[in-house]
Amino acid sequence: MHRFANPGRFMRLANAVLPWSGGLSALLIGVGLYLALFGSPADYQQGESVRIMYVHVPAAWLALFVYTVIAGASASALIWRHPLADLIAKASSPIGAAFTFLALVTGSLWGKPMWGTWWAWGDARLTSMLVLFFLYLGHMALMNAFDDATRGFRAAAILALVGFVNVPIIKFSVEWWSTLHQPASVFRMGGPTIDASMLWPLGLMALGFTLYYVSLLLLRVKSDLIEARIRARAAARGG
Amino acid sequence: MVRCFLRIVGRDVRLALRQRADASLAILFFVLTAALFPFGVGPEPNLLARMAPGIIWVSALLAVLLSLERLFLADYEDGSLELLVLAPQPLELTVLAKALAHWLTTGLPLIAAAPLLAVFYNMDLAGLPMLLLAMALGTPSLSLIGAVGAALTLGARRGGVLIPLLVLPLNVPVLIFGVLALDAALAGLNARPHMMFLGAIFLVFVVVTPLAGAAALRQAVE
Repeated sequence: MHRFANPGRFMRLANAVLPWSGGLSALLIGVGLYLALFGSPADYQQGESVRIMYVHVPAAWLALFVYTVIAGASASALIWRHPLADLIAKASSPIGAAFTFLALVTGSLWGKPMWGTWWAWGDARLTSMLVLFFLYLGHMALMNAFDDATRGFRAAAILALVGFVNVPIIKFSVEWWSTLHQPASVFRMGGPTIDASMLWPLGLMALGFTLYYVSLLLLRVKSDLIEARIRARAAARGG
Repeated sequence: MVRCFLRIVGRDVRLALRQRADASLAILFFVLTAALFPFGVGPEPNLLARMAPGIIWVSALLAVLLSLERLFLADYEDGSLELLVLAPQPLELTVLAKALAHWLTTGLPLIAAAPLLAVFYNMDLAGLPMLLLAMALGTPSLSLIGAVGAALTLGARRGGVLIPLLVLPLNVPVLIFGVLALDAALAGLNARPHMMFLGAIFLVFVVVTPLAGAAALRQAVE
């Protein structure tokens, strides 16, 4: 793990991976969208509105996945002082917040025709996803709140770990409380209950979103490293 | 170690009592916030009685936030925080002691003021014992999470504004189950499941928050 802490090595790795992850992400999202919008069947109850699922579900999965990555990076930063871990957490936070926002908005758009309401306050999953969104915002705000960047990283890392308890709550909320949001259909004991014609576009979109996140993450960490290098050079020259 | 714990609690409570403004400010804000809602939603008694649990809890949440910024700030600024960090007793215990002192000087007065609000809102007074019990079980969690928030934002720009953003999302479960417990009691149903959840949340927080708060304090004085 610490092998890739060397910025130079990381940059070379990122430069090698980036075109592939970016291209593959675009391809997977393209194919996934085609299948989602045209190549998969309409739902027997929901009709064509079910197609929002192919954006809503992968976005929600990514929201949780990115927070888990941030929690892992925060633990790595606090325990092993891994130099890149802070940058990974910093770069991932806005992306995760965006995915959470996308999940909330697409969920709301889907909820109006399906449930008759834009939002349901009593639902455990909706509430915990909203809390996740605020946790992301708090993480970003805390990281930028200090003049000393290191303090910002450390404080945000602690916050990310404290908030991680929310992730299993989101995942299991539909099993523990039977409210409005439907229970798990893919990641559940006993395997997925969705037909392959719907599972494939879902999987492709999820994979495409994940590679999109990886590409963005690599780009942002690269630019942070370059920025640090510029600042170091400027300080050396000026000093 | 117990003596150190009690010493820190005693010191903080004494300091808070000297500046009586803090505790009274919390109660004042509590009552004031709750008093604003009837102007907004109209004075109809049934509506207010229906809304009473939620409004009392939300106002309590907001009032607890008021005194959080100063929890560690005075010690941070005059250097005693560094001494506390370097002291032989575990920093986690110090955080716990500070949170307890905060609850004694903020949470407890709020619990004392809650019956007044229950009367304001025409709440069925049969629910009063449950209100006090739920608040007694819930407000310590608010102080604990608030302590972590206060420790994380030490020395931050606009720390006072940042604390609500960090603390309120984590307070939401306490709010939800506190209101559910009170609603259940008012409806004559069993409030025990919700009280169990409040207790569980408190137990999780009483373990996690000292660890997080101590880590935050350590990186604040580095």
